[in-house]
Amino acid sequence: MQYAVSILLSGVSLGGQYALIAIGYTMVYGILRLINFAHGDVFMVAGLIMVYLSAALPLPVAAPLMIILTVALGFLIERAAYKPLRSAPRMSVMISAIGVSYLLQNTATYVTGGLPQMYPSLPFLSENITILGTSTKWVTIVTPFLVVALVVVLTQLINHTKVGMAMRAVAKDFETSQLMGIKINSVISVTFIIGSLLAAVGSMLYFTNYSSIVPLSGTLPGLRAFVAAVFGGIGSIPGAVVGAFLIGICESIIKGSPWSIFSDAFTFALLIVILVVKPTGLFGEKATDKV
Amino acid sequence: MLKIEDLRVNYGGIEAVKGISFEVPEGEIVTLIGANGAGKSTTLRTIAGLVKPASGRITFQGEEITGLSPDRIVSKGITLVPEGRHVFPDLTVLENLKIGAYLRRDSIEEDLNKVYNLFPRLKERSWQAAGTLSGGEQQMLAVGRALMSRPRVMMMDEPSLGLAPLVVKGIFDIIKEVNRQGVTILLIEQNANMALHTANTAYVLETGRLIMSGAGKELLANEDVKKAYLG
Repeated sequence: MQYAVSILLSGVSLGGQYALIAIGYTMVYGILRLINFAHGDVFMVAGLIMVYLSAALPLPVAAPLMIILTVALGFLIERAAYKPLRSAPRMSVMISAIGVSYLLQNTATYVTGGLPQMYPSLPFLSENITILGTSTKWVTIVTPFLVVALVVVLTQLINHTKVGMAMRAVAKDFETSQLMGIKINSVISVTFIIGSLLAAVGSMLYFTNYSSIVPLSGTLPGLRAFVAAVFGGIGSIPGAVVGAFLIGICESIIKGSPWSIFSDAFTFALLIVILVVKPTGLFGEKATDKV
Repeated sequence: MLKIEDLRVNYGGIEAVKGISFEVPEGEIVTLIGANGAGKSTTLRTIAGLVKPASGRITFQGEEITGLSPDRIVSKGITLVPEGRHVFPDLTVLENLKIGAYLRRDSIEEDLNKVYNLFPRLKERSWQAAGTLSGGEQQMLAVGRALMSRPRVMMMDEPSLGLAPLVVKGIFDIIKEVNRQGVTILLIEQNANMALHTANTAYVLETGRLIMSGAGKELLANEDVKKAYLG
């Protein structure tokens, strides 16, 4: 019982952290039909920024500043690497995204000298708590609630504000949106800003559970979140969240079993199965391409 | 009001519009007719700012607007109802209308009522997803959406395309009604018969060049036009 509780808790928490990354993937895909391969690395950079900022500044300053810098990074990546390719074939943009991913990893290697960086221990989030006889960190408890709250806010924004309406319109039809007077570049920027913001928050929650961070720290969480987004139906925000929680829980169960070494194999096998059996995922839109 | 001078536009590697000049006087209905590929759509898309011209000048109320971005063009009071309607299928009818007023900061209640008066069907269906409307209703929505920006000039690209004859007649009645309410209309149509009956002034476009112009009724009676476009 105690064991099951601890597995479930860590699964839900992990899932919440993946959800925050997965939303960034799914929103960008929804609007640009682009798999932003650099997204996992933005998540890693957010972690590193936190490492360096917290060494120099008190946490209440460092954390918001980290979020702002991460958002700026996401915004700049879109402006520099994706916007100039707006009318290029989709494959070119994807290659550009892969390039940005390597650029971020290599820059991180250069800056850190390739040495693992100690992630700061955050007050409250890193402290221990005992629930139903299971000892865990506060972050495990906070994560799912924070994720649900952020998703509710995001859904309200998308469904009930002018910019949200514009996002839905641009996701469907660039040209007609322009005819309405919508500046599609601004709407796309907003999408990257939201995605990076959530990744920054996610990185704080995720890395609190790990002692250190390396330049490749964003790769696997990023890929798992990507699988979650595909599982839920890429383009769909509720899909990404549900997919992420399911993947987090599965990973946690497998890690607690004798086959723990296969946890990532399971995740990627799941990706293949989804792509073969139901490529639109749980909540995905029908496979009509944008014309 | 809207003046096009020696407009040239390259589209997909070919010169689709080869130096055309025409004028749209305030309060009129002007139509461009011509076969597929004559450059009609490209002309409208260039005025709307979706396509950049290779050369030429577009002026609106004396002010040059050549090459401005689509949002600037909309804010000047020129709107385009695109070919194939292109309503946002997942947005509700009401949201489609609201997004037509995207650039406006003032209250849109009055315009919303105006559109609903013009198209009572849209009011009945305001909470429905636009994708569930019939073709004719989607065309009404596309027109209503365009009106929400309070345009001075409304350009329409093939409004009758794919609609049943009875519905087409309704659409043309609406065009006339919108015009009566003070909106200047620039219309392109393959249905030359309907267009010429409706328009004050008409231009005939052939492979990127203007080959004829005149009053709508005049062209209706013209032997060449009859042969080429009226069947």
